[in-house]
Amino acid sequence: MREKILTIIEKNSKIDLKELAIILGEEEIDVANEIAAMEADGVICGYHTLIDWDKTSIEKVSALIEVRVTPQRGQGFDSIAERIYKYPEVNSVYLMSGGYDLLVTLEGKSLKEVSSFVSDKLSTLETVLSTTTHFILKKYKDHGTIMAKKYEDTRLKLTP
Amino acid sequence: MRNPLSDKITEVKPSGIRKFFDIVSEMKDAISLGVGEPDFDTPWHIRDEGIYALEKGRTFYTSNAGLKELREEIQKYIEKRQGVSYDPMKEIMVTVGGSEAIDVALRCMLNPGDEVIIPEPCYVSYVPCTKMADGVPVIINLKNENRFRLTPEELLEAITEKTKVLILAFPNNPTGAIMEREDLEKIAEIIIEKDLYVISDEIYSELTFTGEHVSIASLPGMRERTIMINGFSKAFAMTGWRLGYACGPEVILKQMIKLHQFAIMCAPTTSQYAAVEALKNGEEDVNMMREAYNQRRRYLLHTFEEMGLPCFEPGGAFYVFPCIKEFGMTSEEFALRFLEEEKVAVVPGTAFGDCGEGFLRISYAYSLEDLKVAIGRLANFVARLRENQ
Repeated sequence: MREKILTIIEKNSKIDLKELAIILGEEEIDVANEIAAMEADGVICGYHTLIDWDKTSIEKVSALIEVRVTPQRGQGFDSIAERIYKYPEVNSVYLMSGGYDLLVTLEGKSLKEVSSFVSDKLSTLETVLSTTTHFILKKYKDHGTIMAKKYEDTRLKLTP
Repeated sequence: MRNPLSDKITEVKPSGIRKFFDIVSEMKDAISLGVGEPDFDTPWHIRDEGIYALEKGRTFYTSNAGLKELREEIQKYIEKRQGVSYDPMKEIMVTVGGSEAIDVALRCMLNPGDEVIIPEPCYVSYVPCTKMADGVPVIINLKNENRFRLTPEELLEAITEKTKVLILAFPNNPTGAIMEREDLEKIAEIIIEKDLYVISDEIYSELTFTGEHVSIASLPGMRERTIMINGFSKAFAMTGWRLGYACGPEVILKQMIKLHQFAIMCAPTTSQYAAVEALKNGEEDVNMMREAYNQRRRYLLHTFEEMGLPCFEPGGAFYVFPCIKEFGMTSEEFALRFLEEEKVAVVPGTAFGDCGEGFLRISYAYSLEDLKVAIGRLANFVARLRENQ
């Protein structure tokens, strides 16, 4: 049941509990308990809303920053990652394989705000060797949802 | 001028769905619960393989029976899923949808006057194809109280000296009924005893929600008596690719491939390359879609229960077949009024045989969001009818 609940609410966290129980063929109380358990265990970490900010009047700039760092003795990458993720403007921090170490995603009101975060805060951290900043120009698809196009049903209305 | 037409084709009745289709097409704002094809797009990796085949210039005929690689994949898949093994070189053919396989099988198996037993309600093409193959359709009216399964008693009653073929189509369109192993065993016993053949249309086999699909061909003594028909349309959401297949004993398949060669040449090449990918790497997609259909099925059954609309629990396909007899209208009257008053199209049960009277076919090949809107309107309609009763 756990996996099925997660598959559904990953795409639609707003789903009504009663409806969720119906489509899974389970009792409502069991589904509620399972969700509560997953929240307590930290399997479910939060419920977010996917927003296409381009359709609003609010200006937002998103950036991906590749960061190369010197790992610290006894702590690896964890303490430097923590230094970075504590900034509230940072959206996500991932440890990566390949040509750089940390991938940081970030949102700001303007190019200037993002670049000043990189130059003033990120680059000046002692263990950071270098940064490469990429600005996102357009989001076509985010969290498995296509933002550019609307789905249209082109099937014949009645078929045998 | 002489009549250009054959008596045979003029006597075949047009599909019962046709009249409705014309009305619905006129109504621009109508929403529909009437389609018989998946709402999912063909999974991207399968489409991608089709595109790649075109890019590579694979635009020629394949061998008549279909790409060897595809037939080999079909062999593996059928063996894994149904537990029956067919020789990919002699016992499997790739057809233009399951529909062609039905037509070709009947034309290769019937002599004039041979009787074909067709349990209804069922898909619309068995009766016309039987007639065009000079066979005589013998209808069994399946019953709601048997959950629209074929019982041995019903079958025995329909068999005569002239009976040659039984058409079995489970999971069933339009009822969603399935036949389980025990049901099929009793049927198989009669088939063997009376020396008959079965054309088993298993196009919805992957959409079985209560237990695993069982093919009658997998029962002892039935492989030699069965033409198993399946395809890619429903399982892999590939209706427009027009690709199906038939498996059966060499003695029948050889003639079917001969007829297919003269009538069709070969199934579309692009589709065949895409289908290889579907069978090799499509299992996850099928599982995902099956789960989605099953969720919708549960939702619909629940809402019918809430509105007090009797409906047996269908075990397969993507249809529910609720009973509307309490409203004192024919299926067609009900469907027409529902369309006019609530702008939702459903198919009257009678489009699938006379015994579909009193029932509606409601398809759940729609997103839950769309279903909610349409079923909400059905609830309004039903409530209004009851008020005025």
